[in-house]
Amino acid sequence: MKHPPQETPHKIVFEARGVTKVYDMGTVQVYALRGVDLDLYAGELVVLLGASGSGKSTLLNILGGLDTATAGRVFYRGEDLTQADEHQLTDYRRYHVGFVFQFYNLIPSLTARENVAIVTEIARDPMTPEEALDIVGLSDRMDHFPAQLSGGQQQRVAIARAIAKQPAVLLCDEPTGALDSKTGVVVLEALERVNRALGTTTAIITHNAAQAQMASRIIHLSDGQVTQIEQNPNPMPASEITW
Amino acid sequence: MKAIDRKMLRDLRAMWGQALAIAFVIVSGVATFVTMTATMDSLQRTLATYYADYRFADAFASVRRAPEQLQNRLRQIEGVGQVQTRVMAAVNLEVPGFGEPVTGQIVSIPEGKQPVLNQLFIREGRLVRPGREDEVLLNEAFAEAHGLEPGSTLTAIINGRRKTLAVVGIALSPEFLMQIQPGSLFPDPQRFGVMWMGRPALAAAYDMEGAFNDVNIALAPGADVREVVAQLDVLLKPYGSQGGQERADQPSHFYITEEFRQLRSMATILPVIFLAVAAFLLNIVVTRLIGTQREQIAVLKAFGYSSTDVGWHFVKMVLVIAAVGAVGGTVLGLWMGNGMANLYMEFYRFPYLDYTLRLPVFFAVLALTTGAALVGVIRAVRRAVKLPPAEAMRPAPPANYRPTLVERIGLKHLFDQPTRMIARNLERQPIKALLTIIGMAASGAILVLGLFFSDAFDYIIDVQYGMAERADLTVTFNQPTSTAALYEVQAMPGVLYAEPFRAVPVRLHHHHRSYETGISGIPDRPYLRRVLNRDLDPISIPPEGLVLTDRLAAKLDIEAGDQVLVEVLEGSRRTIAVPVIAPAQQYIGLGAYMNLNQLNRIAGNGAALSGVLVAIDARYEDQLVDALQERPRVASIVSQERIIESVYETSGQSTLTFAFILTLFAGVIAFGVVYNSARITLAERDRELASLRVLGFTRNEIAYILLGELALLTLLSLPVAFALGALLSAATVESLQTDLYEFPVVLGRGTFAYAAVVVLSAAAISALIIRRMLNKLDLVGVLKTRE
Ligand SMILES: Nc1ncnc2c1ncn2[C@@H]1O[C@H](COP(=O)(O)OP(=O)(O)O)[C@@H](O)[C@H]1O
Ligand SMILES: [Mg+2]
Repeated sequence: MKHPPQETPHKIVFEARGVTKVYDMGTVQVYALRGVDLDLYAGELVVLLGASGSGKSTLLNILGGLDTATAGRVFYRGEDLTQADEHQLTDYRRYHVGFVFQFYNLIPSLTARENVAIVTEIARDPMTPEEALDIVGLSDRMDHFPAQLSGGQQQRVAIARAIAKQPAVLLCDEPTGALDSKTGVVVLEALERVNRALGTTTAIITHNAAQAQMASRIIHLSDGQVTQIEQNPNPMPASEITW
Repeated sequence: MKAIDRKMLRDLRAMWGQALAIAFVIVSGVATFVTMTATMDSLQRTLATYYADYRFADAFASVRRAPEQLQNRLRQIEGVGQVQTRVMAAVNLEVPGFGEPVTGQIVSIPEGKQPVLNQLFIREGRLVRPGREDEVLLNEAFAEAHGLEPGSTLTAIINGRRKTLAVVGIALSPEFLMQIQPGSLFPDPQRFGVMWMGRPALAAAYDMEGAFNDVNIALAPGADVREVVAQLDVLLKPYGSQGGQERADQPSHFYITEEFRQLRSMATILPVIFLAVAAFLLNIVVTRLIGTQREQIAVLKAFGYSSTDVGWHFVKMVLVIAAVGAVGGTVLGLWMGNGMANLYMEFYRFPYLDYTLRLPVFFAVLALTTGAALVGVIRAVRRAVKLPPAEAMRPAPPANYRPTLVERIGLKHLFDQPTRMIARNLERQPIKALLTIIGMAASGAILVLGLFFSDAFDYIIDVQYGMAERADLTVTFNQPTSTAALYEVQAMPGVLYAEPFRAVPVRLHHHHRSYETGISGIPDRPYLRRVLNRDLDPISIPPEGLVLTDRLAAKLDIEAGDQVLVEVLEGSRRTIAVPVIAPAQQYIGLGAYMNLNQLNRIAGNGAALSGVLVAIDARYEDQLVDALQERPRVASIVSQERIIESVYETSGQSTLTFAFILTLFAGVIAFGVVYNSARITLAERDRELASLRVLGFTRNEIAYILLGELALLTLLSLPVAFALGALLSAATVESLQTDLYEFPVVLGRGTFAYAAVVVLSAAAISALIIRRMLNKLDLVGVLKTRE
């Protein structure tokens, strides 16, 4: 897959068609996704909203090439991810996607700078770890280990790690889930800033309706299906959100 | 440095205790391997250069007396390069300040110069001067045993006449690396010594002027030693040759090669055990590490690290441990090997030692350690690599506990809650528990193996010299002697009982196999030399038939009832067929036995004795020995007590050093296994244990849950260790069998006790360390952190 060219708005990045995910638990089959159809456009910031267990993480993982669909197709810029082999998926994740997880998932034995470097070292044309940390406002904490950082700071390191490779898409699974609302706002601001500054297509999962106001589109998920796609022509700045 | 490598090093540092414990186990294995291989290599290289530099002969033969002109005919044998004739003589010696009988073997050398073959390394002094009849050089081992130096004198009884000899030099010879008295199995430098004397003087004393009784041959390049020896035998037979020997059968060389062979087999078995244990430890540690790093692995993959990258990351970590072990072990091994090679150099009295580690050995070490380490972790790493990233992001499901068997069958009330927790934990991870037991058992087994040698040694000495050979003194005559000699000895003061024996050199033939040995003639109701059956009961030798020791029978492929051809190599020189009756058990040496009367008939010369076995009153020993020594017909007087002493002296020191090293290393293994198991259990269960502390359990109670489990595993490992040790000993014993020894698998109770003590101590030490860690358990911290 090629390096992302400069994006123009409304160009389709993801195209999901009939995506189904079934977990076979031996006696029972759990349907996490039941035929999801969804398009994501270049440069937009969307929120996936849904109750716990509705299939948000499963969908995001499939989009990010962390997991594979049981049925259906997912196209990333026209290329079929469901047909990609492991090597192609690895390349896809390496060069195109940035992840932010609910529990930050920093490498505890590496400093903030090194946690970013571990990703930039294998990327093409990344920014420096210092630049990435500067964007999330952590220039003064670069040599701290995760255990020496607060939750919000850790999540900002995770965001720096995700954006440092200048990915085409940024996938965030409940990035504020483990944070209090004040800290959560700081993290959302960081995501918003990245989306604006770099034009990164950004998908944020949350079960918190208030946070959805910052998105240009709000995708409602329920019981493994997309129930509603809400257009939000005037997204609220993250700094004004409270919950 | 790349961030991922930095992570690897920091992870390694975080588990340094465990990594170090594993590295030590590897160091032990590698050090044993390097020590033994380097020692082996350098001894073999030294031996080869020594033989070449000092022109060690390729073939040897003795005759009674052959004219010197025969030399010319020997030279013409095809394949013969050089011929050296000599005169050799056995003498009784009197060494000033040493009251016991000493036997000497005098070898002739040309006056004033080195012999052509079997040259001497002159350690001190000089060669004998022309025309000096009383000058000798002494073999160093013998000289040292008596503190003799150039300038010292000693007395030889040559053909019944006392002659004072002047020591002019101390020498070493490739021919007598081990100076072993003919007919004896072990060297005893105090009571048997080799010396060199000018040929004219020795020839004059033994009526060998213009004649020789011993000949050495160096082969021409490309010659076949067997053919040469066969030709030699044809020419020498008329002069009383009992058949030539090729170098492989030469006693000193044979002894040395056998020792080298034993060393080599130990050099393979032990390192394999150590490396297997290291592989096992790496397995449990890396499996655990990967378990705790599920999410980190997922993150790496989510950000585009490939499965290969992730696998390589963990493999590199393991390789660092292996490399530390390999390099540390090589350095330690080289150092120990140098010490050991020097020990052997003194023991064999090599004039020099060529000690270096061959590069291939080091590469073998690297390959072996890397191989073992990779085998150990391959499964765990594969699992890590296969982990789908989305899956790994979810915490591992809670462990699946259930009531144990004991509880299910209703004995629950017998155990308190902590004990039930121990039982459930063990039942939940039976494989891990089993591996821990096996790991600890391996260390115990190594100890058992190390001590097995001395147990077996004690046992065979006990059988040979307590049950079979019970004479205090063995008196051997120069030639077969009339039976009157028995009564003469019997009548001497201090003799409690005397029993005759006859020893006749023979060659036994069966189908196409043959073996040269001696048949011992045993009287009707033997008391001092008895032949034992496989149950170690004395057997009576019937009037007709030959009894062979097990191993000799096997060598000749003979079973009881077969006929064997006995070619008598002295006296009658007949060849007759004799039936073989029951096999005999004999752990030291190979033997053939026959009724004394039958042997006398076969050998000719009527009823004759080769010597007398004597039981004595210890108070008269010195007096008796003096009196016997005065008799011209007495060739040697060997004291059983001295034989046993010399056996222990030769084998004792190296066995002890060896056992000590093994003890040390086995302790390392036991410690490594227990410590690692405990650390991992602690890491796996720290939250649980901390929760219990918060709920009000005392430190002792949670220590009991953790350490009780280890104590149980340690105790369970002991019987496994004993069984494994016995198995290992049995496996090793096969490779230790030589013509000289047969080792039965005998293990003393002390050995088991010792192994148990070492394992338990190592376990106790690691328990103490873990106990201290438990005391430091950070209650709040442990509950807060989420992995
Ligand atoms: N590995 C798995 N095995 C079985 N069931 C799973 C697995 N992962 C998710 N599920 C199930 O799939 C459904 C959707 O899960 P998920 O995508 O995590 O939901 P959300 O992120 O919206 O809370 C849930 O019912 C969950 O229990
Ligand atoms: Mg979720």
